[in-house]
Amino acid sequence: MPFEDLHMNKPFDSLPTAPATGPEIADFARSGAHPWPESEWPALREGARVGVSPPHESAHLHVSGQATYTDDAPELQGTLHAALGLSPLAHGKLLGIDLDRLRAQPGVVGVFTAADIPAVNDCGPVVHDDPILADGELRYVGQPVFLVVATTPTLARRAAALAREVIQAEALPAVLTAREAHAQGRYVLPPMQLKRETAPGALEQAMASAPHQLTGSLSVGGQEQFYLEGQVAYAMPAENAGMRVLCSTQHPSEMQHVVAHMLGWMQHQVQVECRRMGGGFGGKESQSAQFACCAALAAHKLQRPVKLRLDRDDDFLITGRRHGFEYDYAVGFDDEGRILAYEVTLIANAGHSADLSGAVLTRAICHVDNAYWLPNVAIHGFVAKTNTQSNTAFRGFGGPQGALVTEFVLDAIARKLGHDALQVRRANFYGIGQNHHTPYGQGVTDNVITPLVDQLAQSADYSARRADIARFNAHSPVLKKGLALTPVKFGISFNVVHLNQAGALVHIYTDGSVLVNHGGTEMGQGLNTKVAQVVADELGLDFAAVRCTATDTHKVANTSATAASTGADLNGMAAQDAARTLRQRLAAFAAERYGGRPETVRFSGGMVHTGDVTLPFATLVQQAYVARVQLWSDGFYTTPDLHWDAKTLTGHPFYYFAYGAAVSEVLVDTLTGEWRLLRADLLHDAGNSLNPAIDIGQIEGAFIQGMGWLTLEELVWHPKTGLLLTHAPSTYKIPTANDCPPTFRTALFSNPNAQPTIHRSKAVGEPPLLLPFSVLLAIRDAISAVGDHRIDPPLRAPATPEVILDAIDAVRAAA
Amino acid sequence: MNAQPIRFVHRGQITEVSGLPVTTTVLQWLREHAHHCGTKEGCAEGDCGACTVVVAELADPANARGSAVAVGPLHLRPVNACIRYLPTLHGKALLTVEDLQALAPGRGLHPVQQALVDCHGSQCGFCTPGFAMTLYASYERHLGAGTRPTRQQLADDLAGNLCRCTGYRPILDAGQAMFEAPAARLDAEPIAALLRQIAGQTPDPFVHAAANPAYPEAQGASRLDHFIAPRTLEGFATVRAERPDATLLAGATDIGLWTNKQFRDVGDLIYLGDVRELHAVEHDGALLRIGAAVPLEDAWAALVRHRPELREMALRFAGPPVRHAGTLGGNVANGSPIGDSAPVLLALDAVLLLQRGPALRRLPLADFYLDYMKNALQPGEFLRAIEVPLPGADMPETEALRLRAYKLSKRYDCDISAVSCGLALRLDAQGRVEHVRMAFGGMAAVVKRAAGAEAALLGKPWDEANVRKAMQALDADFHPLTDLRASSAYRQRVARNLLWRFWLETRLDAPLPSSLSSVWSGQLPALHAV
Repeated sequence: MPFEDLHMNKPFDSLPTAPATGPEIADFARSGAHPWPESEWPALREGARVGVSPPHESAHLHVSGQATYTDDAPELQGTLHAALGLSPLAHGKLLGIDLDRLRAQPGVVGVFTAADIPAVNDCGPVVHDDPILADGELRYVGQPVFLVVATTPTLARRAAALAREVIQAEALPAVLTAREAHAQGRYVLPPMQLKRETAPGALEQAMASAPHQLTGSLSVGGQEQFYLEGQVAYAMPAENAGMRVLCSTQHPSEMQHVVAHMLGWMQHQVQVECRRMGGGFGGKESQSAQFACCAALAAHKLQRPVKLRLDRDDDFLITGRRHGFEYDYAVGFDDEGRILAYEVTLIANAGHSADLSGAVLTRAICHVDNAYWLPNVAIHGFVAKTNTQSNTAFRGFGGPQGALVTEFVLDAIARKLGHDALQVRRANFYGIGQNHHTPYGQGVTDNVITPLVDQLAQSADYSARRADIARFNAHSPVLKKGLALTPVKFGISFNVVHLNQAGALVHIYTDGSVLVNHGGTEMGQGLNTKVAQVVADELGLDFAAVRCTATDTHKVANTSATAASTGADLNGMAAQDAARTLRQRLAAFAAERYGGRPETVRFSGGMVHTGDVTLPFATLVQQAYVARVQLWSDGFYTTPDLHWDAKTLTGHPFYYFAYGAAVSEVLVDTLTGEWRLLRADLLHDAGNSLNPAIDIGQIEGAFIQGMGWLTLEELVWHPKTGLLLTHAPSTYKIPTANDCPPTFRTALFSNPNAQPTIHRSKAVGEPPLLLPFSVLLAIRDAISAVGDHRIDPPLRAPATPEVILDAIDAVRAAA
Repeated sequence: MNAQPIRFVHRGQITEVSGLPVTTTVLQWLREHAHHCGTKEGCAEGDCGACTVVVAELADPANARGSAVAVGPLHLRPVNACIRYLPTLHGKALLTVEDLQALAPGRGLHPVQQALVDCHGSQCGFCTPGFAMTLYASYERHLGAGTRPTRQQLADDLAGNLCRCTGYRPILDAGQAMFEAPAARLDAEPIAALLRQIAGQTPDPFVHAAANPAYPEAQGASRLDHFIAPRTLEGFATVRAERPDATLLAGATDIGLWTNKQFRDVGDLIYLGDVRELHAVEHDGALLRIGAAVPLEDAWAALVRHRPELREMALRFAGPPVRHAGTLGGNVANGSPIGDSAPVLLALDAVLLLQRGPALRRLPLADFYLDYMKNALQPGEFLRAIEVPLPGADMPETEALRLRAYKLSKRYDCDISAVSCGLALRLDAQGRVEHVRMAFGGMAAVVKRAAGAEAALLGKPWDEANVRKAMQALDADFHPLTDLRASSAYRQRVARNLLWRFWLETRLDAPLPSSLSSVWSGQLPALHAV
């Protein structure tokens, strides 16, 4: 760097004036010569910093083991390690804990229970029904009951593993399934109802008079987030009754709030920091709270640094995951398969507490329509209370569960009519300017579903392959192929209006380098990369000149969770706002000093152009500093035009919709139910993508993850004890490299956002999780081939080989 | 016994460790003691691969190199650090993600790392160090052999590494792109020199002892546990006879979980891994003899070389880091009812060579399993080798033996079977079944043969009617359990259907090609050249 001799005693004029970083493409690289796709060269030459694909800002750290996760931070001297003692009962009355026995275990320094919590024993994010440590009642197998702190992680875990022996409790009857809870009317929140009709009474009338009717049920399982980095929090007592917590969390502000709440402190006493997570997927939105609280409790009690890093099995047993759903539906439709009346009941398994289940069910209800006009529709939603882990956010947040049932129903309609399922889907797509109102009242004004699906059907050769598959199936006695194309429409914004806000801080240092801090968290989705691109674009700087730092509640206050796919939309805008303020100050300064008008000053390629003068950004910054121009700024953003009435479930909850579609082709073994994905074609709408490579990574990753949910990842609780038997990767299987199809084609649909989002991009985290519906329905199509497509296979998800074979046998029996 | 410190090569130097419990894992040592945090813990049970490291050892000229990656005088294997006990590193070298950059001096990143960056192969990055190390092993293997991996081979190499973010496509891209940069290979000789130095100073047996704070004894002291690693078969047999209660340790792919997850007390450990004779894979005449310490990767490669029908089972048996650490002997002796090797070995009439002190005996595998997790080993006795009757490829029995191994699980890779089976049969000149073995795992408390189904076929024509009878007989042979992997009904049904598939594939008239009988047929590359 040219400014190493910068010293306050030297006049600035004597400094070199070369830019800190040049405009050359190759100079981007912090990590070597990144091969830019040729298609991006022209834009890069013109100085584009968004719409191009720099690698993840931490990629060079990831690959070299130098990226620091919470457990990797150097430990302070005297650090102790904690482990949780877990409830052995699904439901019970806690009578006592043999604390003396625990305290006598090797290495144990302290043991804490609910009685040790100074203020409030609760970490529920919305409803205060979520004890940090069990108090009186045991609610599920795996609920944390006590906290052991010891000199090493192993010794803490060994002592905590005595839970079954030291917990005295009386067993009570447990409710383990959502259907059972629903039958008993046990809910964590009141039921939700949404009905929309073309005229009063039209639903019943249309259902009764429709040329065709179908009724049925469907079940879809939950899904473990399986973030590769387990839950972890490291709490350090700080001076003046303070607490600093490093935590792997999507929601540092909430961690700050619950820790303060638990200790009975003011929020300014608690600092929470997260540089990055090893995956979150929603699992570290509300549910990192329990661990932040436990680590902070022990650190407070012992006045020593305490780290709580969960063993994977404990992570599975303690934390909740994607809600499994049960559905009952009735649909009336015409000869073309157009839905005339549709009534569906959604029962979500919430687990033992509310957590985020209300919002999850709301989003599910708001996605029952997926891409389809439902003229008369009634949706009944329930959040069943069971004696299992409390289910929580997971990528899609109920949206996938809401849309799945309707895709399943359309598939059944097509089979009943003997039509191709794509034809039936097309007949039901939302219209433009008509038939475009969602059941919750928001108009679909940015609809691109028809051109998107047309483009994909063509590029994936849908019709020809449909015919090929029919020929293959006719001559293959054991193996059958199946094909399906499914669309996605996904609403973007938090359903809770006030969460749609974000803040950022941008500092320009005197050498022209820029530091960005914002309220979002980095969990691998490339948020920091995108935000840095936005700031680099705004200030006309090279990528290397902009650096993002850890999310820290001492920097940007009152942040929302990084969730609902909104990370880049909100924080990108906030950072742009801050950077734009700085650019305007610098432009005004440049115009004043060098001539020209502030609004014509250009920032590009690390240089500033004003009037006839061109000078390095760094030089202008130094001069501005001397001239006492403020070189840091905050930025703030709120999403406009949102409103939502939680009582009537109507309003305008989404700023815009993201769209996509996928075609999947599978091969199914009718003797065993084994299957394989042969090919997948994805076309997805990321608006004007901020970073095409990162967005494609999100799309493909979501596709494989969603495919895992629907086919592979089965959660099994012991039917009597309520113990989760699929408790680790040995028993809970997420996709591997061999599950990635040999032909995998992903493209971005060209479609600038109709709304003025950050560079007209669209959120991309969650919507593509719905693309693998095509895999499940392709499997159903292959099964259906066994009965010559005359019988509707009674499939459920996850469609494991056993579930598939059951469906095959049912089709055979009915054929 | 005189206890020695553990000595191994790490970061180009000999590292000496003492005073940690003998069950301390390599990962615990790296992260908690050496504070090298590049290697991650994802599951601590060998199922996610985030902790993958490469262990290098001096090649033994007496033994074939098996499936290890040869680099000069070194053999490299990717293994899971989370279930590998640190004392087993004695005399070996440990390569972690932090070492990769050192292999590419002046370039910043190793070609494996650069390719992962360029292909956008990391998102959250937590699994990435493990992927980098597995890819690094593949990189050295293919550079050494002058080959380049297919996408399918890379996917198989990565079967033990889980990524939750990317969907794998960019990682597979990186596995091909990493060969495009100028080669950056391990300089094996300096490491080998240090390993020779350690070997020259290591007594036989190598004995390490350390206090275990989990087991306090009187006066506040902790119990002293021993790790004993003999280098000769004779020495091993002696130690074993003297300490019949000590735990025998080979790959620790199961025992590692006993201590990590169940906090079981394994006490003193006797390690098979350094006993030269137990590493031998010999083929004499009609017998393949696989030593008890031969890694699964090598054992399966030897089996597949003789019987290519076993390829799918070999590839789906755990993931490479487990196959490079775990042993076939361990899988057999462990005796899990869902182990995938036993059905195959039973179908092949394998015999176990057992030893106690100097005394040897041979026991058919069919007689080895007594009950759930109970076997016929006597105190002080150990499994020395597995003998598999495998006539040479030119012998008529080989051609005539119809053999299949099927595995059913929720996931293709690295999943415990709901049902697995080994099916073998030979027909006489009239097309009658003159020899039949049908062994199933996942169907009973032990892996066992289907006596009724075999009897229904023996001496009968291999035709549809008799196969249907054998399928019916299976219902009486087994009464499987329902568990998290499958229901009893599914197990029973697919066992019958697998027999049906076997017939479809091997019937005399119009056998069904595997491309029309198995969804995996398009997914099976040749095993790595051995």
